[in-house]
Amino acid sequence: MTTTTQASPVPSRWARFRDSYLVYSFKRDLVAQVCLATFVAMVLAAVLAPWLAPMNPYDLAQIDIMASELPPFWIDGSDPTYVLGTDAQGRDLLSTILYGARVSLIIGFGAVILQAMLGVTFGLLAGYLGGRVDAFLMRLADIQLSFSTLMVAIIVGAVIKASFGGAIYSEYAVIILVLIIGLAEWPQYARTVRASVLAERSKEYVDAARVMGFRAKRIMFRHILPNTLSPIFVISTVQIANAIISEAALSFLGLGMPETQPSLGSLIKSGFDYLQSGSWWITLIPGAVLVVLVLVINLLGDWLRDVMNPRLYKG
Amino acid sequence: MALLEVSNLDVRFALRQGEVKALRDVSFTLDRGERLGIVGESGAGKSVAAFTILNLIARPGYIAGGSIRFDDRELTTMKPRQLQQIRGNKISMIFQDPMMTLNPVLTIGEQMVECLKAHRRIRTRAAREIALNKLRQVHIPSPEKRLDQYPHELSGGMRQRIIIAIALLLDPDIIVADEPTTALDVTIQAEIMSLLLELCEKHNVALVLITHDLGVVSQVTQRTLVMYAGRVIEQGPTREIINDAQHPYTQGLINALPQMATPGSRLNQIPGAMPTLAKIPPGCAFHPRCSFAFNDDGSPRRDCREVIPGFVRSGNCDVACHMVRDLVENDSDARDPVEIQEAP
Amino acid sequence: MTQVKARSAPQAASAQAGDTLVEIRNLEKHFPLSGDFLEQLRFKGGKLVRRQEFVHAINGVDIDVRRGESLCVVGESGCGKSTVARMVMGLLRPSGGEIRYDGERIDHLSPRQLLPYRRRMQMIFQNPYASLNPRMTIQQTLEEPLRFHHPDWKTPQIRDKVAEVMDSVGIDPEWGRRFGHEFSGGQRQRIAIARALAVDPEFIVADEPISALDVSIQAQVLNLLMDAQETHHLTYLFITHDLAVVEHFGTRVVVMYLGRVCEVAETRTLFSTPRHPYTQALLSAIPRLEDDRPDYIRLSGEVPTPVNLPSGCVFHGRCPHANERCRREVPELIAAEGTRVACHGVEEGRL
Repeated sequence: MTTTTQASPVPSRWARFRDSYLVYSFKRDLVAQVCLATFVAMVLAAVLAPWLAPMNPYDLAQIDIMASELPPFWIDGSDPTYVLGTDAQGRDLLSTILYGARVSLIIGFGAVILQAMLGVTFGLLAGYLGGRVDAFLMRLADIQLSFSTLMVAIIVGAVIKASFGGAIYSEYAVIILVLIIGLAEWPQYARTVRASVLAERSKEYVDAARVMGFRAKRIMFRHILPNTLSPIFVISTVQIANAIISEAALSFLGLGMPETQPSLGSLIKSGFDYLQSGSWWITLIPGAVLVVLVLVINLLGDWLRDVMNPRLYKG
Repeated sequence: MALLEVSNLDVRFALRQGEVKALRDVSFTLDRGERLGIVGESGAGKSVAAFTILNLIARPGYIAGGSIRFDDRELTTMKPRQLQQIRGNKISMIFQDPMMTLNPVLTIGEQMVECLKAHRRIRTRAAREIALNKLRQVHIPSPEKRLDQYPHELSGGMRQRIIIAIALLLDPDIIVADEPTTALDVTIQAEIMSLLLELCEKHNVALVLITHDLGVVSQVTQRTLVMYAGRVIEQGPTREIINDAQHPYTQGLINALPQMATPGSRLNQIPGAMPTLAKIPPGCAFHPRCSFAFNDDGSPRRDCREVIPGFVRSGNCDVACHMVRDLVENDSDARDPVEIQEAP
Repeated sequence: MTQVKARSAPQAASAQAGDTLVEIRNLEKHFPLSGDFLEQLRFKGGKLVRRQEFVHAINGVDIDVRRGESLCVVGESGCGKSTVARMVMGLLRPSGGEIRYDGERIDHLSPRQLLPYRRRMQMIFQNPYASLNPRMTIQQTLEEPLRFHHPDWKTPQIRDKVAEVMDSVGIDPEWGRRFGHEFSGGQRQRIAIARALAVDPEFIVADEPISALDVSIQAQVLNLLMDAQETHHLTYLFITHDLAVVEHFGTRVVVMYLGRVCEVAETRTLFSTPRHPYTQALLSAIPRLEDDRPDYIRLSGEVPTPVNLPSGCVFHGRCPHANERCRREVPELIAAEGTRVACHGVEEGRL
C-alpha cells in the first residue's frame, strides 16, 4: 500500500552536493569564486614552498650578503633572480614569503583545530546537560574571554624563555603559539555550539532518541552534533583569519615566531626598520600578502554565512 | 457590479528548480457584504490567492496574467502609492498567528493609532477614541486598559480580537482572513468566528475566509471556493457544496472527515497526496487520485489525463470536472438551480 | 449524527486484555519560572528574600490506561495533556505522584533501570518536520533502535525487520536511502510510526500525531494507526485537541482543564451525555458541517494562567453554574451514571 512512488532515482552523495544550494550560489557569486581560487592558490603555494621557492632562505650557504636590499623586478636596479627583491640579509623575498605563509597557515589552522575540538565539546556538554554543568562551563568561558590573548602570550612566552632558554622556545614556538591561540579562543565555538544545541534539544527527534533509550553521549555526538555543523563552518573561517592575524601581531611585537623561523608577521617586523631607508618592499610586500590572505578568508566566511542561513534552506 | 472581481489570475514563482505555477486561471467574484470561503489543503494556493488580492506577492513571485478589479479599479497595474491607499483602508487582512502580527515592542494603543494615522489626517486623541470604539465592538473587556498593554500580556484569543479590531479601524469594504483560528483553541475559535460573523453582518463588510476547516466554512460563509493544486475546482453556495459536493476531490475531502465515518471503522481516505506545485500532472491535476477518471470498460479516460477541465454549471455550482460535465450534458443527473434558503 | 457504535478493544494476544497497563496517581508537575538561585533573590522590606514562581502544569491527575484500549486525552492549550504524555514516557520527572507500568513504578527509575521498559513503550510526536533527524537517512533512523535494543542481531536480520516494518506502514523500501526533508508531512509521520513500531512495543503514546497534517492525510494516518493497533495488539494513549478524531478513534476519553481531570468516560457516553460544564462547552464549540451559524455555549472570562491557579475548582471562573463551594473546594472525581466527573454541581445534583 505505497501511497506515492518516487519516480526519480535516489541521488548519490555527490549528486546531492552538486545540486545543493551551496554550489548553486557559488556558481553565481564571482567574489566567492575569486576568493576561493586565491585562497586555494595561496595554500598550495605555501604547502609546496620547498619545491616552489627559488632558494631556501634558512640555508645560510645560499644567502649572499652582497645581494641585500635589492628592489623587486619592476623597479630599476633589480636582479632577475630575485623576483620580489631581497631583504637586509640578502634572502630572496619570494622564498621567505612562501615559507612565512606556510608557518602562518600552520599556526592558523592548528589553533583553530584546537579551539574547535575544545569549544565544540564544551558547547555540546553545556547545551545538552544544562544546569550546573552549563553554568560552570559558561563561567569558565567568561573567565577565558577576560584574558587578552596578547597578555597571555607575553606571560607564557616570557616564562618559557626564562625557564628553558631562548633556544627551546624557538624550537617549540609553533606548538606554543598554537596552544596559546587555541586556548584563548575556544569560548567562541562553545557559545555558538551551545546556542545551536539548545535549539536542537527542543526538537522532537531528540525526544524520540531519548524515548528510544539512547544514552546522553550518543545523543550528543551522533544526533545533535551533525545538526550543529553549519554554524561551526561559518565561524571557522573567521577564526582562521583571526588566528593568522593574532600570530602576526604577536610576531610583529617580537613575542611570536623567532627570527630563524619567520612567519609573515615577523617578516613585516624585520623589514619595518628599513622603511625609512627606502627599502619599502621588505615590509610592505609581506604585509600585502597577509592582508590579501586574511581578506580572502573573511570574504569567503561572509559568503558562507549568507549561504548557510537556515532561513534559506527550508526542509 | 461586484465589489471584487478576480479573472483568470495566474501567479508564478521563479524558483531555482524552475518556474512554479502557484495559481492557475483563478476567477471569482465578491459582492458587497458577501462572505466567501476559500477551502483547500496546504499547497493548494489559497494563501497565495489571499495575498494576491492585496498584491502582497513579493519576488520571486509575480502576477503572470489575469486581473483583479476592486470597485472597478484594476489592482494588478496600480502604482504602489495608490495600492497603499487601498491596503488596510479598503481591504484589510487578518493573519494566522496573532503573536506574529502584533509588534511586541509597541503597546496596542500605539499600533492602532499608527494604523489610523497612516491613512487619515487625525490627531492622536481622536485616533485613540476610534481605537477604543473598535475595541468595544470586538467585546474586549476594559478596553481603556488594553490600549496601554503589550501583546505578550494578553491571551491568544484577545490578541486575535485586537487584530480584528485593527482590521476594522478604517471601516474597510473587505476583510481577508487567512486561517484566523487555526492557531487557537476550539472554544476560542468558536468565539472568534462568531464575532467575525456578527461584525460582518452588522457593518456589511465582505469577508474572504481562507481555511482548511469545512466546519468553520459551513458556519460562517455564504459561498465557497474549493482549490486544488493552484486551481479552483468547485465553487458555489456553501450549503450546496457541503451537502451535495460534486467534484470527486470535494466529496473525498468531506468523506475523509472523522465526523462522516462510523466510529471505530476505517475512515474514507483519498489515496495519494496533493502534487507539489512544481510537479503538477497534466490534464486534471486530481486524476492520479480520482476513482472516477476511468471509462466504463476500466481504461483510464484520456480527457482526464490530458485536458484541463473547464467549468460546467450543475445546480448552483460551477464544477471543473470531466465526469460532471458528461453527467450534465447527458442530462441524466442534471440539477436545476434551486432556491437557496438563507438562514435568517 | 451517524449511528454511534461503541468500539470494542481488539482481543489481545495475552489473556490479560482489559487489565490496567498504565496507572497514574496524584500526578503533579511544577516548572520553575524564576531562573537559577541568584535570580530568585530579591530585596524586600530590607531583607534578602527568595521568591519562586512556578507554572503549575499538572495538579493532581489520576488516569488509568487499560490494555488494548485507545484512551484519548483531550483539552485545550495549557491543560497539561502533553506534559502528562511526556512524564509517562520518562522525558520529564514528576514533581509528585506515581506512574506505574504493568504494576511496576517507573517514574523514579534511572535511565539504566528504565531501559527494559523503553522497548515496550514508544511515542509518536506532533511535528513530523522535527521528529526525524535531518542528518540521518531513513534507513539509519529505522535501524538504530533495532541495533540498540537487539545487539545480538546480525545485519541481515536487522535489514529484514526494517523492510518488514516499512512495508507495514506503506513505505517504499527505496526510501531508505533518502533523508527526511525529501518527504511530505504525511510520509514523515509514517516513517515516525515505523520507527516506533520497529521495536515491537505494546504501548504507544501519540502526542497530537495528526494535528499538523492536511485533512485527507489525517484520514490516511489515522487508518494506519488503527490497522497497527489490530495487527500488533497495541494500547494507545492518544493526546489530541480534535474532538471529532476522539469520537471516531477513542474507546475512552479523559477531559483535562488546567492540569486537572474534569471528566472520564467511554466515548459514546461522553459525546451523548457530557456531564461536566467544561465538557459540554467544549463539545458545543466544535464546528459541525450541519451548522449554519456558530452556536455554542459561551464561557465567561479568559483562560487563567497556570502560574496563579484559581482557588477551588480550576474552572469556577468561567463556569456558568459555579457557586461558593466551587470557589473554595477542589472537586474530586466521583462516579456518576457511567462516567467519572469532578464537579460539585454534579455531585450535589444541581446539574
